[in-house]
Amino acid sequence: MRGRVAGIIVLMLLVALAAPTWGQRGGKTMIVSFKDDISTLDPAIGYDWQNWSIIKSISDGLMDYEPASTTLAPHLAESFSVSADGKTYTFKLRRGVRFHNGRELVAGDVKYTLERVLNPKTQSPGAGFFSGIKGAKAFSEGKAAEITGVRVVDKSTVSITLDSANAAFLHTMALNFSHVVPKEEVARLGADFGHKPVGTGAFMVKEWVLGQRLVLVRNPNYFLKGRPYLDQVVFQVGVEPNVAFLKLQRGEVDILGDGIPPADFVKVMGDSKLNKLVAVGDQLQTGYVTINTQVEPFNDVRVRRALNMAIDKSRIVRIINNRAVPANQILPPLMPGYDKDYKGYAFDREQAKKLLAEAGYPGGFRTTLYANNTDPNPRIAQAIQQDLAAIGVKVELKTQAQSTVIEAGGQKSQAPLIWSGGMAWIADYPDANNFYWPILSCAALGPGTWNWAWYCNRDVEKMVTDADALVQSGQAAARAARFRQIYRKIMDDAPWIPIFHERRYTMHSARLGGVAGIFVDPIHIPVHYDEVQVLGK
Amino acid sequence: MSGYILRRLTQSVFILVGVTLITFVLLYALPADPARMIAGRSATVETVASIRAELGLDRSIAVQYGRFLSRLARGDLGRSYAQKVEVTELLASRLLATFWLMVGGIFFELLIGLPAGVLAAVRRRSALDRSVMLSSFLGVSAPQFVVGLLLLYALAYKWPVFPLGGYGTPAHLILPAVTLGIAGGGWYARMMRSSMLDVIHQDYVRTARAKGAGESRVVVRHALRNALLPVISMIGLDFGTFMGGVVVVESVFGWPGIGQLAWQAIQIVDIPVIMGVVMVSAVAILFGNLLADLVYPLLDPKIRYG
Repeated sequence: MRGRVAGIIVLMLLVALAAPTWGQRGGKTMIVSFKDDISTLDPAIGYDWQNWSIIKSISDGLMDYEPASTTLAPHLAESFSVSADGKTYTFKLRRGVRFHNGRELVAGDVKYTLERVLNPKTQSPGAGFFSGIKGAKAFSEGKAAEITGVRVVDKSTVSITLDSANAAFLHTMALNFSHVVPKEEVARLGADFGHKPVGTGAFMVKEWVLGQRLVLVRNPNYFLKGRPYLDQVVFQVGVEPNVAFLKLQRGEVDILGDGIPPADFVKVMGDSKLNKLVAVGDQLQTGYVTINTQVEPFNDVRVRRALNMAIDKSRIVRIINNRAVPANQILPPLMPGYDKDYKGYAFDREQAKKLLAEAGYPGGFRTTLYANNTDPNPRIAQAIQQDLAAIGVKVELKTQAQSTVIEAGGQKSQAPLIWSGGMAWIADYPDANNFYWPILSCAALGPGTWNWAWYCNRDVEKMVTDADALVQSGQAAARAARFRQIYRKIMDDAPWIPIFHERRYTMHSARLGGVAGIFVDPIHIPVHYDEVQVLGK
Repeated sequence: MSGYILRRLTQSVFILVGVTLITFVLLYALPADPARMIAGRSATVETVASIRAELGLDRSIAVQYGRFLSRLARGDLGRSYAQKVEVTELLASRLLATFWLMVGGIFFELLIGLPAGVLAAVRRRSALDRSVMLSSFLGVSAPQFVVGLLLLYALAYKWPVFPLGGYGTPAHLILPAVTLGIAGGGWYARMMRSSMLDVIHQDYVRTARAKGAGESRVVVRHALRNALLPVISMIGLDFGTFMGGVVVVESVFGWPGIGQLAWQAIQIVDIPVIMGVVMVSAVAILFGNLLADLVYPLLDPKIRYG
């Protein structure tokens, strides 16, 4: 008996000794670590930062962006044209593109895909992006059997007619929700399609072990010759970021999908060997405090402007180890329409107090600030609390679970102030209207809105609608100028305090390379997997 | 005995229904809207309403609970709101890993705690007793996150004897199981010591010594069996607790257990998954307790169930 026990222990130790060789990647296989399990790869449904880029590697849309840029270009479409009134887009599809099951992509697949997204049974979070297509509303409500605005002209031509001109429409045809899927596979797999997705993308799903790993292999018949560079991408899930950091240093992981652990950030950036492995880039992101314009005293614009002048944004950026740049406006620097000349509200406590006094609050007042309870958001909320206390505004902090804060923001008179950290806005696409319609527009208002400022300026709404009608490519500069005006006007109304624009830091192994910026791609977040190359072993 | 088991199983059904009802009500009382979490940031109010209707979340809580119970009776726990995968499939994918972590954790708890507790009891008030009690106190107090990361750093990174987290081989199990064993072993050591001290002063133990039995025979053959009774209760509880998931250890070691699944589901208010995890946890606790109760008569023949 004792001998048997000893034998088992020896065997286990021998097995353990083999441990260092486990998990080593080699060849053209890349390993990416994530803490959370991947939710779904159904392009109609997947809508989190983790699966967004993976879905882009498995399926394709009519439009996409050039790698590491915000430049829109035809993708599954070979070309497109826009009617003179800006309402009808005609796409000519590339010939010979095949789904992973071997069938050729045809125009009817595009129509099927859009109707699937707009079908309430699909529960697609992206349905709203396509509600401007003619006939979409009637189809969604079950009053029509098809979306009349989507027309199959011939096998490789599809036209889409909108209710009204929308200059951002081509961006919506690059969103994952529009990625084309084969009807027969959706019918065959049903609700399991999200775990066995079939698309036209550079990679195909080889294996998905829930809770452990997702393995993609290259699509040998991908329509972009020479892509992807990698043979295989393995997503290891359930890996704590601190442990992933150790694994990367041991060569067991290539990319930290969740980023550099905050506790190691300063050490990494200060280490001359480690910081070479970190790609840095801007994001289409703004972190902000929303000021509920429906709640006293914030219904007075002078009070809102005073708050804007009271916050020391540089101090808040230091709290997150300078992983952001202070924001003086709503749009991030990468966004078309960003106003380089706009200075915003100066940090001026005396002026802030003057404004409060003018508004009838010389002694300040009491209010509440909601924030997400995951670090560093409580610390940032405390800094905001301290800054507002300096002008006499006494803030009670409510740091709560994300879902609770979101719920509070969606109720009209519940949350006077909300720090958006952990829920901050990252643009769905690189167009200035994406920072307006979902989170600042009158149209977005209603219970459950993400317009937590409950802001509604009808004049601004009209300006945005007019700007969205400038659809021709020659009108892009004029449209950007209009949006600079629009966002200056919104900043005058001060429904937000823009705090910072976060930068992205992606740490990767030395053996990976590719076009500059693909590790911090602003659209294929976090990494453009199709463009990653292995430079050496 | 079979009558006893049948009674316990019948009681368990009622307890499980009660657990599901309380959990359901608590989840729906939360100030969070699963439909809005699924719909995401850019969804229109209409899209959120549509998703809410598709998921049946616009019905009354009584109707929703009724539907849950009728599906449960068919063995259907529904689909995850976020992953759209059957909850039973999600749980099944994690159950084996959770089971092995439970087995490993209890193994190391007993390996560390039982001998330490027995030694501390038989060498009461000695330096050994004091060091065992101090060690058990440290084991119980040290946060599992810290212990786990230290073990990983030392034994998987600095001197790579074991893998750096993950799952798949016995070697992957050692460090997470030892982490659980260090904390739990402290409790078992204290319980074992206390229980042994009660037993070794009993008359029958004194009689065994008087008859000339050696100390190790007295401890192992006469005292230990009765001293183990409270420990069996603890093992039963641990069975249930571990099978419900130990999210900290699972997170540190990347162990694909039910705890991680539960944590992710709670973040996004994925109600079907939360209900599924609660069911698994409740069943495991009930089963663990029943198992413990069935072991008692094996150790102490005086214990009988009518």
